[in-house]
Amino acid sequence: MLAPGAFANLLTPKAGGSPNANQIHSLYVIILYVAAVVFVGVEGALIYSLYKFRAKKVRVAAQIHGNTRLEIGWTIGAALILVILTVVTFVKLPSIINPPNTSAPFLESALSEPTPPNGKRLVICVQGRQFIWRYVYGAACESNPFSAKLPYSYQEMYVPADTTVVLSITSVDVIHSWWVPSLGGKVDAVPGNVTYTWFKAKGPALYHGQCAQLCGRQHAFMTALVNVISPTQYQSWLSQQRQAISTANSQVTQLRSFLTRTGNL
Amino acid sequence: MSVITAPVAKPVPQVTSRAVSAPRQTKRWIDWIVTTDHKKIGIMYLVTTFVFFMLGGIEALLMRTQLATPNNTLLSGERYNELLTLHGTTMVFLFVVPVMAGFGNYFVPLMIGARDMAFPRLNALSYWLLLAGGIVFYCTLFYHPPEAGWWSYPPLSSIQYSPSGGQDAWIFLIHLTGISSLLGAINFYATIVNMRAPGMSWGRLPLFIWAILVYAILLIIALPVVAAAVTMLLTDRHFGTHWFDPTAHGSPVLWQHLFWFFGHPEVYIMVLPGFGIISEVIPVFSRKPIFGYKAIAASTAVIAFLATLVWAHHMFASPVPIVVLGFFMLSSFLIGVPTGVKIFNWISTMWRGSLVMTTSLYYAAGMIAIFLLGGITGIFLAVFPVDWQLNDTYFVVAHFHYTIFGGAVFPVLAGLYYWFPKMTGRLLNERMGKISFWFTFIGFNMTFFVQHALGLSGMVRRIYTYQPGLGWSTYNLISTIGAFILAVGIILTVINVAINYKRGALAGPDPWKGNTLEWFVPSPPPVNNFDVIPRVRSVEPMRDIRRQVERSTGVTQKTGGSERFARA
Repeated sequence: MLAPGAFANLLTPKAGGSPNANQIHSLYVIILYVAAVVFVGVEGALIYSLYKFRAKKVRVAAQIHGNTRLEIGWTIGAALILVILTVVTFVKLPSIINPPNTSAPFLESALSEPTPPNGKRLVICVQGRQFIWRYVYGAACESNPFSAKLPYSYQEMYVPADTTVVLSITSVDVIHSWWVPSLGGKVDAVPGNVTYTWFKAKGPALYHGQCAQLCGRQHAFMTALVNVISPTQYQSWLSQQRQAISTANSQVTQLRSFLTRTGNL
Repeated sequence: MSVITAPVAKPVPQVTSRAVSAPRQTKRWIDWIVTTDHKKIGIMYLVTTFVFFMLGGIEALLMRTQLATPNNTLLSGERYNELLTLHGTTMVFLFVVPVMAGFGNYFVPLMIGARDMAFPRLNALSYWLLLAGGIVFYCTLFYHPPEAGWWSYPPLSSIQYSPSGGQDAWIFLIHLTGISSLLGAINFYATIVNMRAPGMSWGRLPLFIWAILVYAILLIIALPVVAAAVTMLLTDRHFGTHWFDPTAHGSPVLWQHLFWFFGHPEVYIMVLPGFGIISEVIPVFSRKPIFGYKAIAASTAVIAFLATLVWAHHMFASPVPIVVLGFFMLSSFLIGVPTGVKIFNWISTMWRGSLVMTTSLYYAAGMIAIFLLGGITGIFLAVFPVDWQLNDTYFVVAHFHYTIFGGAVFPVLAGLYYWFPKMTGRLLNERMGKISFWFTFIGFNMTFFVQHALGLSGMVRRIYTYQPGLGWSTYNLISTIGAFILAVGIILTVINVAINYKRGALAGPDPWKGNTLEWFVPSPPPVNNFDVIPRVRSVEPMRDIRRQVERSTGVTQKTGGSERFARA
């Protein structure tokens, strides 16, 4: 997944990780076909006229001032192409923005956008900060992402396979943008705002992503990894992570009290 | 090819105006500082903006060199962010917008048959404010250049995250160049509305003048908004306001709306005059009237109107409701229609023409070829779900270079080769010009075409380095090599100008058999432009004059030193 060929994605965006990314990919391909026809047609007409109508070959230019029918014709033609693309986009749109049902055994459910039809999903809060992503697991993160009870991780996100994962995205400093190409489009992480996206990935797989909005000097290193594992592995990872966090917290508490006692803090 | 066959019976009246000048009392360089002559100001604009173009180009080459290989250490993240901010700001505010004002300054009065701009001293002020803006901005090189990008999105551009004075210099630059452009725009508007030659009704206005008129109107609409926005940013940074500060209920998204309400019309401010130049160059070298004059003029106005309704397509990934995204997708689609109409009309102008393959026409045809792809990728980006994948990636970088380099810089080069003989009285070397074209065209496509693929492969914008093994390395290397080929093309044009400024073949007043009134006067034109302002009877007044002279004398009008370009 991390080492595609040298000429990966020459003409189409990345996809394959999540239904929304796949739907965007197929919408893109439809536009690409239409665009290719227009491109070849117009460039062809340009190159043909540059070749065919040189002064060497055509001594006298035809003195034509215009043609109203032609003008109306290509105006309507161009508009029709765009009407078709509009219809295609709005037909595709629901499959891109509305998450499907979780197919794995459900983990939890809550009410906030976006929601799959049966409401079963995993909420992960994504917090952008210079220059790392922080992930807080569980719907309770939406009320307080710094709640002591919630497991969290940095940079690498762990998610269960076949589960609709809803991301609730914000930033604690400047604007960042959450983007894992294979798992769907990007969403800005704007301080003071909460934005949402979702994905539903098959596993096991590892997806690479990167902050897409200029956020400062180390913007280039603000990467993200999404590690898709089985739901049981996910459960055990969660308890491990809880364990690790509480161990680290108690160590810090001990250290703090030691330092305070000895007058070093 | 020879045009003069019979012995000349009557001398052909070539010189239609004479220089009137007082005896020189000051030194030559002082003339340039105190001048209010639109031609001198125009040349100062062109020279200054080309200097900034070179600086912006060097910044681009540094960035491309850094990105040539993964994990390159030529530049740090800090230096890279400074360079991308300098490059974007320079190219937009100090090159493309003012270079159009440069051509406009020189040619608007000549093409409409006026002796100067409506407000000559205001015109000089416009230029000096532009230069001041450029100097203020480039002084940051000596302390701390801004590094928040040319959009300067807060909070990154706020005092907490960009504490240096470079960001304030950026704000100052926006104000100075903004006032410069605003005054220039008012001047263009007043000149075009009031000072046209007798008989030049709106239906006989050259298409370049239509473009400059609409450019002026768009500047007047858009610039006050960005002036307000950067003032708000300035008070946020230094005077305790919280317009864009989310910790005090301000909104960073407000900045995005304000900035792009200016920023998208700005795109058309940059390309519409370019479209105007193309609409002048193509009919002259096709030896054919422009196809669909009214459609092209009307599409210019329609593009300008729609340009004020599409700004949020830069914000498809921002917190904006879906229904708003839908509106901006449709409005962005709509703008494709008048743009397409222009391209169809240009190609139809060449259709069944008799193409004189000058360098200027090469660049004009190159513009159509390149801009078309920029327009098509614009449709991809207007579809907001697709934009979620493409926004802020190299696909966008490729897209806007295809539109701005294709839609504005290629026309500027076409205009340079077309109008250089008028401005200096000498022709540029055509052979060298064509070589420069091929370097520029191939280099451009090599640099930017692969960037579409880079974006599709997931490479985001504005990163100063990347890891190997992501499928980006080959594309990046191709792009960097292309950038240097492109640079060779531009340098060849600069050398061409430097050599032929004094030594080029004499052009005479009308080397190309032009259609518009600037070709009626000697090259370079005298200070007063016209002794007698001819009456305009069509959209191609110079063609009418040439025909009239040919009919009355029976002699084909000489075309200066460049008969070789003109069909017998």
